Amino acid sequence: MLTINNLHVKLEDEPREILKGLSLSVKAGEVHAIMGPNGSGKSTLSYVLSGRDGYEVTEGSVAFKGEDLLAMDANTRAAKGVFLAFQYPIEIPGVATMQFLKVALNAQRKARGEKELSIPDFMRFVKERAAKLNISQEMLKRPVNVGFSGGEKKRAEILQMAVLEPSLCVLDETDSGLDIDALKVVADGVNALRSPDRAMIVITHYQRLLDYIVPDFVHVLSAGKIVKSGGKELAHELEANGYAEFVEKV
Amino acid sequence: MADQDTIDLVKTIEVDKYKYGFETDIESDYAPKGLNEDIVRFISNKKGEPQWMLDWRLEAYRAWLHMEEPTWAKVHYPKIDFQDLYYYAAPKSMAAPKSLDEIDPKLLETYAKLGIPLKEQEILAGIRKQGEPSHLDDEGNEIIAGRVAIDAVFDSVSVVTTFKAELAKAGVIFCSISEALREHPELVKQYLGSVVPQNDNYYAGLNSAVFSDGSFVYVPPGVRCPMELSTYFRMNAKNTGQFERTLIIADKGSYVSYLEGCTAPTREESQLHAAVVELIAHEDAEIKYSTVQNWYPGDAEGKGGVYNFVTKRGDCRGARSKISWTQVETGSAITWKYPSVILRGESSRGEFYSIAISNGRQQVDSGTKMIHLGKNSSSRIISKGIAAGRSDNTYRGLVSAHRKATNARNFTQCDSLLIGDQCGAHTVPYIESKTSTAQFEHEATTSKISDDQMFYCMSRGLSQEEAVALIVNGFVRDVLQQLPMEFMAETQKLIGISLEGSVG
Ligand SMILES: Nc1ncnc2c1ncn2[C@@H]1O[C@H](COP(=O)(O)OP(=O)(O)OP(=O)(O)O)[C@@H](O)[C@H]1O
Ligand SMILES: [Mg+2]
Repeated sequence: MLTINNLHVKLEDEPREILKGLSLSVKAGEVHAIMGPNGSGKSTLSYVLSGRDGYEVTEGSVAFKGEDLLAMDANTRAAKGVFLAFQYPIEIPGVATMQFLKVALNAQRKARGEKELSIPDFMRFVKERAAKLNISQEMLKRPVNVGFSGGEKKRAEILQMAVLEPSLCVLDETDSGLDIDALKVVADGVNALRSPDRAMIVITHYQRLLDYIVPDFVHVLSAGKIVKSGGKELAHELEANGYAEFVEKV
Repeated sequence: MADQDTIDLVKTIEVDKYKYGFETDIESDYAPKGLNEDIVRFISNKKGEPQWMLDWRLEAYRAWLHMEEPTWAKVHYPKIDFQDLYYYAAPKSMAAPKSLDEIDPKLLETYAKLGIPLKEQEILAGIRKQGEPSHLDDEGNEIIAGRVAIDAVFDSVSVVTTFKAELAKAGVIFCSISEALREHPELVKQYLGSVVPQNDNYYAGLNSAVFSDGSFVYVPPGVRCPMELSTYFRMNAKNTGQFERTLIIADKGSYVSYLEGCTAPTREESQLHAAVVELIAHEDAEIKYSTVQNWYPGDAEGKGGVYNFVTKRGDCRGARSKISWTQVETGSAITWKYPSVILRGESSRGEFYSIAISNGRQQVDSGTKMIHLGKNSSSRIISKGIAAGRSDNTYRGLVSAHRKATNARNFTQCDSLLIGDQCGAHTVPYIESKTSTAQFEHEATTSKISDDQMFYCMSRGLSQEEAVALIVNGFVRDVLQQLPMEFMAETQKLIGISLEGSVG
């Protein structure tokens, strides 16, 4: 589904390189966890995959379902099935969450040449997904992320994911800011979306999340490169020993 | 066909008018170019007006000759040659339609293209099954839209008014002002110019002399108008000024909600639009007046477009009366417009909700005046200015309290949103208070659409333009919610369209 090959990325207006030859291959149905110290480039990777401006790819390639992902606009990528759950979700004052979901879903369906959902169908669909994530009707009426608590923002991101039904989900520290109960709810929501034709990249600092969302692979990202890959037990090792081993290598 | 037109037209013009030398122009339904007393007479005659109306117009014309064009607004445009304009244009085939069947199908088509059904059966047929929601509001609540009565004005002439019979049953008069002059002259005579006098300002003076048509509404005491009233203005003829006059009277304890929509075709030359709107609310009456203005704004280089110089004023004449202006200004090359409320009645209330969008080379100088004369009168102003492209967007507002307006209260909030870095937004508040008991509050903010917001929306599948439209619609939400439900969805789309090309 996703093949990242020798990816080098720098900021557009700074010479400093952030990703320094990152390679990763993700197949449909797989869940990959990415862990790594602060500032190692995890969020940068998620932004480059989802098409944010301000980054320059100097070398390497990213193929998504056989197409050149880097050549597409952010909205095209979304319509093709890329979704990023933000580490820091953005507020959009005055735009009700329900409205946002409707506009986003319809924009994607339009781009794919599908028909818009009828209003009653859309409402039923969203309400059902929201209920599973313990998101109230009241919250759906509030403007996108405005005045949401840290945990509410993360739950709202997963709701968006559940409504948009992407094929590649990138979750950037979705567990941060969640209390233990919310973590379970969110993890259940994510697990419900696991399917043989959907892949996930889960960025996290904590083993705890991976107890609920059990990954097929764990990768350590340090100083812009994947320095170690393994199975789910690698997360336990990291939890016990920290990143010292990898940071020193650089 | 042309011959028939000529014959029809000759019939409508009294023989003695020929001496003014209009023969050569008879074939077209224009008044000759330029402005003088004969043109004023021509218009009045064409409409079959009573003598007092002609005298009133002439008085206005003579006053206008001595008035000066205002220059204090932050707008720039080449000097208008008032002699190089037509002051009257009527669609040829329909000098005086009696019913819908007599209307040129091309006209009906034009309105259909604009999404405005004029045939009542079409309006009824177009309505969803009873109880079926028409759309979602922004919070996901299902909205069931009601019916709207429409008065359509094409160039200088009112084409048709729908749902007349049903309104008449409730005692509501809704017709063109020309018809009101014929059918209800006493009402027109009593109220016309009582809020905006002939010599009020340069453009109002001009309008008083040459106004061609517009809408008239009278709601009798204690009546709640059973449906939304709406007028659609369409400016079509070349080099023609459009001067409508709207007069709305809400008698004691009545309520009416009225919406005007405006469009004009793309033209290289600029067109002048100088309308006057007068509202009168008696004791305990309420008038809600909404405008969705989408005149042609000119091209990206500032060529063409409508000059929109409009005087709108409401008079809260009775105690506890209320007048609320809501405007969505997306079009026009230049907008010069300050819908105002005179808060004469004790405990009367004035509101002004405004969305003013400027893009390309548009110039907007708009705002309101709240003039507190009555005790305990209150007013509220929410203005949302959005500037994009190389446009200039100024909010200019006056809040004043007379010595007798004890405990007058005003709350003003002006928010500006900038898109790109070549546009300008300005806020010019004037506050005058002659009573120490008045409480006036003013808040203002200026912000930009952030890259983060744009990326967030696009990562969810919205195109750049869809993202801007969504963020702007969020920014103006407080004002949008003041519009009648029936027009909300359309207006949201219009906001998106008017910002096309503002990014990237
Ligand atoms: N827009 C930017 N401007 C300046 N520096 C940036 C920008 N984006 C990323 N960086 C820098 O690139 C490096 C990698 O940042 P990134 O956010 O990808 O790290 P991360 O692995 O997600 O860290 P964390 O675990 O703290 O979330 C950091 O040194 C960061 O300061
Ligand atoms: Mg990060």
